[in-house]
Amino acid sequence: MGLLSDPNRRRALINLLTRLNAPICGMPVEWLVKTMQARGLEVYTQRFSRTLPFPDENKERYMVKGTNVYGILRAPRAPRTEALVLSAPCTPGDNNNQAVGLLLGLAQYFRNQIYWAKDIIFLVNDHDLIGMQAWLEGYHHTNTTGMDWSPLQGRGGSIQAALSLELSSDVVTSMDLVLEGLNGQLPNLDLANLFYAFCQKIGVLCTIQGKLQRNDWDSVSGYSHAVQTMMLMVMKQASGRPWGDHGLFLRYHIEAATIKGINSFRQYKTDATTIGRLLEGMYRKLNNLLERLHQSYFFYLMPSLSHFVSIGYYMPAFGLLAVILLLRALDLWVQLATPPPTTEDGIADIEQSSPGVLSVLTPLVISHLTGAALYMLPIRFQEMAVEHFPVSETEAVVLTAIAVYTAGLALPHNTHRLLSGEGTEQGWRVLKLVALLYLAVLLGCTALINFSLGFILALTLVPAAAFVTPHVPKVLSAFVLVILSPACTLLFSVFFFQELQEMPVSFLDGWLLYLSVISQGILDHFLYGSLVYPLIALLVYPCWLLFWNILFWK
Amino acid sequence: HYAAAQKQAEPAVLQPTPQPKDDFQEELVVRPLHSGDIYASFQFRTLWETDFMRGNKVSHYRLFPKSLGQVISKFSVRELHISFTQGYWRTMQWGQPYLPSPPGAELWVWFQDSVTDVDATWKELTNVLSGIFCASLNFIDSTNTVQPSASFKPLGIGNVTDHRFLRYATLPREIVCTENLTPWKKLLPCGSKAGLAVLLKSEKLFHSSFHSQAVHIRPVCQDWQCKTTSWELRQTLNVVFDLHNSGQGKREWSLFKMFSRTLTEACPLASSSKIYIDITDNPEQFELSPATSLLSQAMVLGDRRTFSVYDLTQQDTFGSVRSLNLLIRWKSTEGDMLRPLLHAERYVAGYGLQTGEIHTLMYNHHPYRSFPVLLLDSVPWYLRLYIHTLTVTSKGKDNKPSYIHYQPSKDRVRPHLLEMLVQLPPNSVTEVTVQFERALLKWTEYTPDPNHGFYVGSSVISSLVPSTVAMDTNSTRERPLFSSFFPCKEESSYFVRVYTEPLLVNLPTPDFSMPYNVICLTCTVVAVGYGSLYNLLTRSFQIEEPSPGLAKRIANVIRKMRGVPPL
Repeated sequence: MGLLSDPNRRRALINLLTRLNAPICGMPVEWLVKTMQARGLEVYTQRFSRTLPFPDENKERYMVKGTNVYGILRAPRAPRTEALVLSAPCTPGDNNNQAVGLLLGLAQYFRNQIYWAKDIIFLVNDHDLIGMQAWLEGYHHTNTTGMDWSPLQGRGGSIQAALSLELSSDVVTSMDLVLEGLNGQLPNLDLANLFYAFCQKIGVLCTIQGKLQRNDWDSVSGYSHAVQTMMLMVMKQASGRPWGDHGLFLRYHIEAATIKGINSFRQYKTDATTIGRLLEGMYRKLNNLLERLHQSYFFYLMPSLSHFVSIGYYMPAFGLLAVILLLRALDLWVQLATPPPTTEDGIADIEQSSPGVLSVLTPLVISHLTGAALYMLPIRFQEMAVEHFPVSETEAVVLTAIAVYTAGLALPHNTHRLLSGEGTEQGWRVLKLVALLYLAVLLGCTALINFSLGFILALTLVPAAAFVTPHVPKVLSAFVLVILSPACTLLFSVFFFQELQEMPVSFLDGWLLYLSVISQGILDHFLYGSLVYPLIALLVYPCWLLFWNILFWK
Repeated sequence: HYAAAQKQAEPAVLQPTPQPKDDFQEELVVRPLHSGDIYASFQFRTLWETDFMRGNKVSHYRLFPKSLGQVISKFSVRELHISFTQGYWRTMQWGQPYLPSPPGAELWVWFQDSVTDVDATWKELTNVLSGIFCASLNFIDSTNTVQPSASFKPLGIGNVTDHRFLRYATLPREIVCTENLTPWKKLLPCGSKAGLAVLLKSEKLFHSSFHSQAVHIRPVCQDWQCKTTSWELRQTLNVVFDLHNSGQGKREWSLFKMFSRTLTEACPLASSSKIYIDITDNPEQFELSPATSLLSQAMVLGDRRTFSVYDLTQQDTFGSVRSLNLLIRWKSTEGDMLRPLLHAERYVAGYGLQTGEIHTLMYNHHPYRSFPVLLLDSVPWYLRLYIHTLTVTSKGKDNKPSYIHYQPSKDRVRPHLLEMLVQLPPNSVTEVTVQFERALLKWTEYTPDPNHGFYVGSSVISSLVPSTVAMDTNSTRERPLFSSFFPCKEESSYFVRVYTEPLLVNLPTPDFSMPYNVICLTCTVVAVGYGSLYNLLTRSFQIEEPSPGLAKRIANVIRKMRGVPPL
């Protein structure tokens, strides 16, 4: 580790950092280009612009225009086939200039070394995730979200790994590792292991989910601490949104993580040089890799940085939940197949045993149309809603979504009665059989891609699916069913997440947070291609409506 | 005394020594680069007036290496070009190299038309060369060999253009190191004992940004009437030292700083031994010590360059200290990137492991002239090119190639070969895209490190580029007016070959612990499932009579005695 050993370099780094205390963010593109060039990098810029479907009130942006600056350190005697990325977001308002300074300091130090075998790309991305999305789309020449970007001029081949650096806090006491990416994707566990190993070696406090590791596994408090950490990861993963700039790399099969400097209110303070040494060590390790990181797990949950729960342990829990659905379906299948007890009056039996295809198909179609409306209408009708009601665009979108959702509760069972007259006893059984199998397939697929999301949905939907029949007490069951619906699950999750983070909120604040979470979810879908919103709107919600329909079967 | 000297001199006069039929020249060109890096290019040229062909058994070798001579005669080679390169030439910072080469190993050979089975000869030749150069050239087989129809023309005399006798192959993964340098140095007449080759020490050569060594063999004319031909062996070595790594950030270079050696003599066998320093760019800010009065001008890559020349065969070049340590110093020019007239880049677009798209970008930075380029792409069979998706666009418009030669691949037998003649409009970017699907290999076909990815060799772009001299319209140079109205053909364009970067493509890779899992699972299934079933099927079942009770037995004995049938 030579970064500390050379006093001149250390002084240069400190000078740079103090100079950067003046707010440089708001992207001083020319300055960055010149500074990177002076450090011997090949520097390129990329302009991008994006108009959001509706204004983002959290980050106060609507028409986004920005410039990414990146400098490539060409590895000596390497044929530009492989690259590593170190990025630091630079957003106006939020001050991440320490990270940018550290990035430039590292670039200067790395440039003078001979041992690099992979090109290293130092990227300063504007407008955090939007800039990163533009850069990645430009680098891989794809366009999944309809963004405008200028094509990239310089490339370094296939990117093997990436780290994103965020030092937004003035006082950094520990380094926090963020793994959760877009759609709940996680990087290879070896990247987390690498980070942990280097933190141990250098003696930096390292955390995950902002929580320090405890050694007292046997005690109740230690155990609950670990469970809390793991539940935070489950909640974050289930949200399907990228929790750092690294999250967008994972789509391109690039192992990536965000390293955040956080203030965890300990005595121990970490300085920039130590973080530099940590990054230097990690990059040298990644540089030495012959293959992409692939040896370790891609599916895991972490109760602490040094422990993980592998897919082999958590999947059975989900499997046991899903098997309830299958057993229930089997039960219904058997009930449908056994001939009803022979009575004198045979005609009625024949009528009962042949429910029309229409009686099953109608609720299916109607509930899916409702789902489609939930997916399309909020964005389509925002202008109309803004004209007629005194709300902002964002509120309009969220409130339209809630309105469509609630309207859907009233819609299906009424129209169903109009269309096919009286429902039969066999009819709801067939419908429930279909709905159970539908839900089982849906949850199974979801859990394979994003375990946490699948598990949370299963926790609420499986009991609902299991108990619902037209013969249970209506009002009470309707109440329970609404409580277990996806929207309420989201509401509870918001409160639960705040609890886990030890930042409990009042009900009103929680409600506001809930509204903003919905708008963020919709934005994530349109900006980065997150699949949670369409999954809930187009599949999970219609499936839940089927059970709602069964409850009100006449 | 005088008489004795006369006597000694006499035989030389009477029997003039026969004119040696071979000749050796060595030279080193040093070019300070725009970026502050420094480029050193060695060339060693051996000419030999002999005939390897027509069953002529050549057994006496002087300067020409015997190993290569035997290769030429045994395999009926007309021309042979082989290069080993570590690194990628950065055209945007360094301009054009004197001798371009792709990363990894490249080999192209023209055989004599007397060769009947070219493929077998090629196979044997690559194996022999693999031994000579200590490289993995034996990995060249039919799956990475192509026969380009237009891109690689013979560079020597002879106008054979039947490309049946041409073979071209690259190994983009080949790592070049000391073990390749040593056999290369052994081919030199002086080895690395004397002359410019003393500078070739591997610890410095491989502490650089770019390293390339090559061997070119071709027949050339002996005189301008071309009555007799001779064989030319050119050994070249190009190396670029980095401003920041080797130069400590200072634009101040010396032979010692570059090679950690100084020069003390020329190779005694060389007829010419020279060092050229390119001083064309801002000569007033250029410092050179020791100074030399010898200047030379030459047209290099379409540009008129001025060189300071040091003749190592002259003793006074080495000065009083008997050693030459050239010192070059120039003022810093802030490093914007260059705009070479022609350059190219290539990358893989898309994500996921099913399909992808290869983009090749070719830049023509000439302000008003368009020129045609020949693009050669050789893609391994495991990337299945969808040739119907081939598009060539420049300035947003479709640019129809005037010539396309496409040879589809055959799985596990031969690669795709795509050659196109494309006109590049002035000041434009031409983009060639083609989509591909990634094949699923058989599990034994994966390399030991399948998650590293698979290499696709560089595209080759060959072109006649309008020279910068011809661009110079207002002719500030002192030339008579009558000489400069019509462009002179020789000066108006020059040949350039540009190699793009190789690609690293990930193929769908199975989890290789899977066979182990499968074996375990199969064994368990066989042991438990099939075992018990087999046990049930082969066992013969018999109904065992329950042993009768004591009372019954006694009763039966009594009944037997009485002659009544037992119970």
